[in-house]
Amino acid sequence: MSKKYFIPLIAFMALVALMLFGLKNDPKVIPSPFIGQEAPNFSLPKLYKPEEMVTVKEMKGQVWVLNLWASWCVSCRAEHKVLTRLIEKMQVPTIGLNYKDYGTEDYGEEALTWLAKYGNPYQSVAVDTEGAAGLDWGVVGVPETFVVDKKGIVRYKFTGPVYDEAVDEILVPLITELRKEEG
Amino acid sequence: MKYHFLSFQSLIISIFLILALPAMAVQIEFHTFENEQRERLYLDLIAELRCVKCQNQNLAESNAELATDMREKTYEMVSAGKSREDVVNYMTARYGDFVLYKPPFKSKTLLLWIGPPLMLLFSLFLLLRVIRKQSKQDSKQLSDTERESVRNVLNSNSSSEK
Repeated sequence: MSKKYFIPLIAFMALVALMLFGLKNDPKVIPSPFIGQEAPNFSLPKLYKPEEMVTVKEMKGQVWVLNLWASWCVSCRAEHKVLTRLIEKMQVPTIGLNYKDYGTEDYGEEALTWLAKYGNPYQSVAVDTEGAAGLDWGVVGVPETFVVDKKGIVRYKFTGPVYDEAVDEILVPLITELRKEEG
Repeated sequence: MKYHFLSFQSLIISIFLILALPAMAVQIEFHTFENEQRERLYLDLIAELRCVKCQNQNLAESNAELATDMREKTYEMVSAGKSREDVVNYMTARYGDFVLYKPPFKSKTLLLWIGPPLMLLFSLFLLLRVIRKQSKQDSKQLSDTERESVRNVLNSNSSSEK
């Protein structure tokens, strides 16, 4: 049989391979342009001490994590246990950016109740009522988790709720690795 | 007759409802601008920028909360006298080229830009080749004996039908 009869078959297989590749790609995961860039600064009031400010600059010199969350966000509750485990295991200072939650008309003080109920693993909670800091960090949807190195460079972004495998296979090794780097 | 009138009326109403649908999806904030150019720029930008949450809509069409924020930011920047480039740079710095419906031409987007024209050229080339090949297949002339036998067959067929 002539070779050319196989061409449609090969073309079809190539198309199937391309589509399978497309299926595996999550279009909701947008590569963050911040990776390798300096972390955008913010200066936001602390949830428990509104007279004090949380800033990105003061975190310099250590590997730290920024977690965007809100009490209205269901998947934040889902990831909370996992995130708490990561923070406790790695003893990594974590800022919780409370996105469009505390102080808003709809949710008021819901964030306080939420943290009291599920536990507060954060070093500090920054209140971003307007969502301006969130926009500066390129938020698409909460939860989002960033890892920042000692120099203040964003090294990793996790979109969506972190799960156990992601903690053990990605975040823990990454934080360990980044800690070895010079500040 | 009354029935007929009613159905005609409802048809008209349905048509208007359908026509109104896209208008209902359009953004709901009202903004005032210093001049027409700025308003034009704002409208252009929200039509050009993509909502990263609801990915197949632009900022103007999307009613996702994030799109509202991004429109607000765009308005803020435009009314502060920022240029188109400033707004686009601000958005791409945060959301990457993804936020643009018209991505810039660079090595990463090379395939995106030249892929379709290349495919077109390639398929045109294939088409031409097939056409040439077909025109080269010259029809062989029948020999005299072959012609004779064909004629016999045709004749015998037509005679049997009679």
